[in-house]
Order: sequence, then C-alpha cells, then structure tokens
Amino acid sequence: MLSEEELKEIQEEIKQYPYPAVACIDALKIVQHHRGWVSDESVKDIAQLLSISNEEVDGVGTFYSRIYRKPVGRNVILICDSVSCMIMGYESLYEHISKKLGISFGGTTSDGRFTLLPISCLGDCDNAPALMINNDHFNRITVEKIDELLKRYK
Amino acid sequence: MEIPLTKNIKPGLVAYNLEDYRRDSGYSSLLKVLKNMSPAEVTNLVKASNLLGRGGAGFPTGVKWSLIPMDGDRSKQKYLICNADEMEPGAFKDRYLLEGNPHQLIEGMIISAYAIQASKAYIFLRWAYKKAEAGLRKAIDEAYKAGYLGKNILGSGFDLDLYVHSSAGRYICGEETALLNSLEGKRAVPRTKPPFPAISGLFGKPTVVNNVETLSWISHIIENGADWFKGLSLTGTGGTKLYGASGRVKKPGIWELPLGTTMRELLEDHAGGMVDGHKFRGALPGGISTDFLIEEHLDVKMDFSTVAAAGSRLGTGTMIILDDKTCPVAFIHNVERFFALESCGWCTPCREGLPWVEKMLASIEEGSGKMEYIDLLKFNAKYMGPGNTFCAHAPGAAEPLQSGLKYFHDDFVKHITDKKCPWR
Repeated sequence: MLSEEELKEIQEEIKQYPYPAVACIDALKIVQHHRGWVSDESVKDIAQLLSISNEEVDGVGTFYSRIYRKPVGRNVILICDSVSCMIMGYESLYEHISKKLGISFGGTTSDGRFTLLPISCLGDCDNAPALMINNDHFNRITVEKIDELLKRYK
Repeated sequence: MEIPLTKNIKPGLVAYNLEDYRRDSGYSSLLKVLKNMSPAEVTNLVKASNLLGRGGAGFPTGVKWSLIPMDGDRSKQKYLICNADEMEPGAFKDRYLLEGNPHQLIEGMIISAYAIQASKAYIFLRWAYKKAEAGLRKAIDEAYKAGYLGKNILGSGFDLDLYVHSSAGRYICGEETALLNSLEGKRAVPRTKPPFPAISGLFGKPTVVNNVETLSWISHIIENGADWFKGLSLTGTGGTKLYGASGRVKKPGIWELPLGTTMRELLEDHAGGMVDGHKFRGALPGGISTDFLIEEHLDVKMDFSTVAAAGSRLGTGTMIILDDKTCPVAFIHNVERFFALESCGWCTPCREGLPWVEKMLASIEEGSGKMEYIDLLKFNAKYMGPGNTFCAHAPGAAEPLQSGLKYFHDDFVKHITDKKCPWR
C-alpha cells in the first residue's frame, strides 16, 4: 500500500497534468525515493491510483534506467562507461572498485551498503573519469581518491 | 571578441542570481518585447537572425516557430519545451549554461513562449544534472516572485507557467517526439512524423521544442538585433558556439567562440594540443552520433554546412579526440554498445542491427573476429542509415561506424589477422 506521504506527493504531481496517467514516471520516482526501489506491489498500487493497467506502469518502470525494479544497496555507485571516460581510464577504476567491494556491475555488497552500476555519459567529459554516488557527482577520479570517497558512504 | 552566452558565467562558482542578472541588464529584453513587439515581430526577428538549432540538427529556430498555427485564438493551448536532456556522450555544453546562468535561459523561454503564445512551458532536464536542477528551481522561484512568470506578466496580459521535469534516464528522451511521450508519462519511443510537433505535440497540442543553447540566445538577439548576431560568426551563419574537447588533450574544456572556428584552432590554441607522448588520430566533432574527422580535416571550419561538406556533422560542437594510445576498435565498440543499450527497441534496424554490430565489434576487439565481419559491419551501417528507421538514433550510430571503418580499416584488419588487439 502507498504511504500517506507518497499518496500526497503523487496527487500533487497529478494536479499539474491534464489526466492522472501522465504522472506515471513521477509516481515511480516518488515511490523509489521513499523505498529505494519499486516492487510489484507498488506497481499495482500506482496503476490503481492512476487508473491504468499494471502492465502499463511496469512497461514504463522497466523502460527507464533510473527506476529500480529490484532492491539496491543503501548507496548506489554509478560509474560512467562512455567513450570519453573510457579514453581516460574508467576501466581500471571499475576493476579497483569491483575488487575492493567484491561485486561486479549489477551487484550489491552482502551488507547492503553498495550497489555498483554502469551509467552513460554524465556530462563531465572534460574532467573524466566521472562517477556518481547517490546524487553526488565526482570527477577526475583516481584509484587513490576512490578509497577516500567510499569511506564517506555508510 | 564577444562571448554573449558565457560572459557572466564563472565556472565553479554559484549560479548567477536574479539581482546580478538584472544589474547586467537581464530581463530588459523581455520588457522590450512585452511593451513594443507583437509575437509575429519576435518570430520574424529570430528568423532574420538565422539562429540555427544548437541541439545538433541545426534547424532554423524562427522557421520552427513559424510552423505553429497562430489563428488568434488565445484559448488554444500551446506548449514550449526546452530540451535539456543532454545525454550525448562527449557533450557537456548545456550543463555549463544551465548551471552557470539559469535566468538567461528563463528569459529566453518567456520571450519564445510569447512568440508562439504558449501559456505553459517545460524544461525537460536530464536526471543526473542535480546542481542544474537546484539552480533552475531557485531561479524560477525568483522569476515568479519578480512577476516575470505567472499571470499577467509585467502587466502585459501574457500568462506563462514554467515547470522543471527531471527525467528518469534513457538517451532516447532527447529525440524530440520521444521526449513528448516521456513528458506524457509514457515509454520514450519516438512518434511518426508527420504530424510534426508544431501541429500535434505535447498532449496533441502545438508544441515547440528547442535546445538550451538555442533558447539562451533569444534575449541577446532581441537586445542587439539580427545583423549583430550574424556578425558574430566567421561564416555568416550567425552567432558564437559553445565548443568543447575531451580525451587526451592538455586542457580539455569548453569555450565560446565564433561559429566557424577551425578544428585546428580548437585543438591547438584552446585545448592546448595533445598530451605529451600522444598523437592525434581523429575526432568525433559533435558527440558520438557524428562521423569521424581526421588530420586532413583539421582546417575545416566548425559550422553546420562546412562540417557537413567534410562528411560529418557539427552536432553538439563538443569534440571527442581519438589519440594513438587508444584503440580505435575499442573506441567504436564502446560507442556502438552505448547505442545498442539505449535503443528504444521500436524499429527493427535499430533493435536488431545494433546488438549485432556490438557483438561483431566485441569479438574483433577480443581477437576472435572474422574478416567477413568488416563487410557485415558496412552492411549494417548502411541499413541503420537515414530512411530505414523511425528516428535518428540508428542513423546516428551508423555515422562513427561507417567513418571508423573507412579511416581505421587497417586497424580492423590487424585485429583480425593477429587475433588480438595491438593496444592490449
């Protein structure tokens, strides 16, 4: 069931649109903001609220790369794997993080602290390689820097 | 040399606020428009300036606006959308403008909305641009409080509401009609054209979609006129351009320079040349959906028509440099993998062709490629090209592939005959 807070926030979005289904992406983002990811149950709840089918909501939810349909860790590391970051060595950065945390792309550490994902270009190409941890941007990342950085996220 | 778009942007510092913007004559163009100009006069001025769309395609902005039906019925809903979904790998110019001077964009949007008589406008913003989002929301708030947005703007009778829509990822959202579907809460698949958005856009209503850099020009063109704008470029096309360079150059970055500056000047004077021990082998001049240019093209003027004549596209104007220590096959594989992952899956050449291309490139790079793959890659590049697909995604993917196969043919062959990547 959607929480009262989630309901209120989704209703607020619906108000600015001509019909409720338009708020589908907003609703998915709101639920994810509160729960970390979007479960099958939440998909059904959103569908009911917006008067569209479960499949439509799931179709939208699985289309967009920033909607998580599986649980993720408390912190999500997004490493840019696009071409400017490739030239500037994202691969060695990835190998270091992967080895340090014991997970590959798509994996979550057993303590639920980190999920590691690739991300396309972050618009930081002149300061490559770049990555994001949750909503924070970091650039000109080196293997030494990353160790310090990861300590900040519990 | 004039740099109207970036003169007030101080990299690394907080965005220019309303007070500073107004001190530097910000919102004076809006006042001028609302007091003295009709919507048609604004559109005609932008038409006369020959402002070409800075999102990559270079379509004349004033012409785009003039396609909107203006039958005088103001009760008819129309929309203006700013495409701020900058996701082209290698592009980072809109982010610079969004973070550095949000009011310049907002003023441009209000004037543009007035020209087409739209009462609602959206900024479709890339989800990852968190700093830009915070700055925009603050600036929009300031603009409402100052009476530049909302009902009866500055007593003119013109109303405009402006919203920020932060996306949920996916490169295809930058495609004009896919963006409209996404804004309507659907999967971001492109729509059939015609009808064009000017006739049937957001929620089926007349809609204009313009890029951040394009809209950021509007207040300056109103203030200084069409001839001034044309005089800013070296080629007569009009305006300056935000150019950028990334890769193994000494000073990667972004620069506002006259449209038509040569690639050599960008590379040598502004990017500081190649990092010591690295040689220039080629560049994608405007993001990954543009054809490679190589050493023989260094004196090409970076303008829409001149880059096209050299066999590529100006695109976003932000170059990605390929150096001799980077494997061209790995470079192209990385690019095609991106396109394969980001295909929306709607039409066959893109959905089936791109993963096929990606797999062949991966096996060539790993040393298990076959000689016949080269012809198969050319075959796919042809069938992903213009006219065979629903939108520009697969044709964009074909550009670095076809030109890469042409200019780096020997490197592909060497991978296959040696059964390994010479760079690994």
